Amino acid sequence: MTAFFQSLGMSFEWAWTIATICGILLIALPLMLGVAMIIYADRKIWAAMALRRGPNVVGPFGLLQSFADGLKVFLQETIIPSAANKGIFLIAPIVTFTVALLAWAVIPFNSGAVLADINVGLLYVLAISSLGVYGTVMAGWASNSKYPFFSAMRASAQMISYEVSIGFILICVVLWANSFNLNDIVLAQKGAGLGFVNGFWFNILLFPMWVMFLISGMAETGRAPFDLTEAESELVAGFQTEYSSMSFALYWLGEYANVLLMCALNATLFFGGWLPPFEIPFLYWIPGFVWLLLKILFFFFIFSWVKATVPRYRYDQLMRLGWKVFLPVSLGFVVLVSGWLMFTRYGA
Amino acid sequence: MSVAQLVKSFTLYEFVKAHALTLKYFFKPKATLNYPFEKNPLSPRFRGEHALRRYPNGEERCIACKLCEAVCPAQAITIEAEPRADGSRRTTRYDIDMTKCIFCGFCQEACPVDAIVEGPNFEYSVETREELLYDKTKLLANGDKWERALAANLEADAPYR
Repeated sequence: MTAFFQSLGMSFEWAWTIATICGILLIALPLMLGVAMIIYADRKIWAAMALRRGPNVVGPFGLLQSFADGLKVFLQETIIPSAANKGIFLIAPIVTFTVALLAWAVIPFNSGAVLADINVGLLYVLAISSLGVYGTVMAGWASNSKYPFFSAMRASAQMISYEVSIGFILICVVLWANSFNLNDIVLAQKGAGLGFVNGFWFNILLFPMWVMFLISGMAETGRAPFDLTEAESELVAGFQTEYSSMSFALYWLGEYANVLLMCALNATLFFGGWLPPFEIPFLYWIPGFVWLLLKILFFFFIFSWVKATVPRYRYDQLMRLGWKVFLPVSLGFVVLVSGWLMFTRYGA
Repeated sequence: MSVAQLVKSFTLYEFVKAHALTLKYFFKPKATLNYPFEKNPLSPRFRGEHALRRYPNGEERCIACKLCEAVCPAQAITIEAEPRADGSRRTTRYDIDMTKCIFCGFCQEACPVDAIVEGPNFEYSVETREELLYDKTKLLANGDKWERALAANLEADAPYR
């Protein structure tokens, strides 16, 4: 795209800047629209599994429900508690939202179609997803209120715990793909399963890693069985308790953008990203971003499905799962995977 | 932990089973009604919004015996009565405070002339509290509006009374 703007007679610096801004808009705007639709899809799936109908009044099949909610929230008053730390209170949702969008910069949508094709893409994702907890902690602290504070404590402990095992899982993937670049990781999955299946999931050593990554991803985004940060029966609404209007909406958008990011990472790291699921030539006629989108939707269905099925974990169970099950198992698999590769690929 | 338990927990056996169950329910027909467009059938005994009925010739049924006022456990009914110009005893005031009413149906049980009844209507939400303080005009208007349904319900329930 830079070359196109250069051909319009711009200097390289200007062309690059404008091309990058276009790229950001090209990702962020469909993502916002996607988040609105995915909230609707989430409610519909959840409703269907509870034998309810879900939103079905606003627009055809209720498709415009999220936009109606957005409009309603937009027209509400932003309430700032008098005891709150005003600056941090207002920055917190912006941090959550921005960080949720940031990580999308390294997700490849097609061969080479990635905003920032950096060699440490996966490290970048890890770093950004660790930053995500700051929005929650800032909100909990700045609200100057009991339950948001509890929620912030929980959020920080929970996200740190599961990031450890996510790190080890990602190391397994990196070892197998031999790269930190997400586009290279996708390419390494081409025919990875017996020369026919595109994706690391069709691999006896990496399949358990994928299951753990999926579960850790749910814990990392604070989704259903691990939604202790906003456990409504214990903490009112967790760190969002004191928020209203647009600042509240930003949390929702950020949360679902994070969930979509986790789905995209699942697709990219284990299910071949923008590659078709199977190594059949005519499947390549369908463009890569369609495959990625389908995979993201598939994983989002799993996220919703889990939300509709599993009751919330108790806090000590959450910690036990993170530190006493996932950490040792993922550590063991790092040893196993590196040992296996040492013998087969590098012939030690 | 036994070996069987260990295998079960590591293969997520119970989770997979639970998810298979919810997926089965995902495709089942929905249990909920599409409410404003679809409604549940109502029993003829359903106790909804009150109405004061009239005789077919247009004369109001209520004879101001005040049995409903006396029986009302929530004391929601207020009646004042005077003889009319033709000498018959009628109410000059018949108020029901719908915010007090508990919809027990004692008033319609007490009524000797089937004047005060609770109809099948339950969709009468209003925006102010004052609109729920029903007076005689409102109740008679309700009676005129719902007379066919009220008469049908009374007739359907008559064999059991």
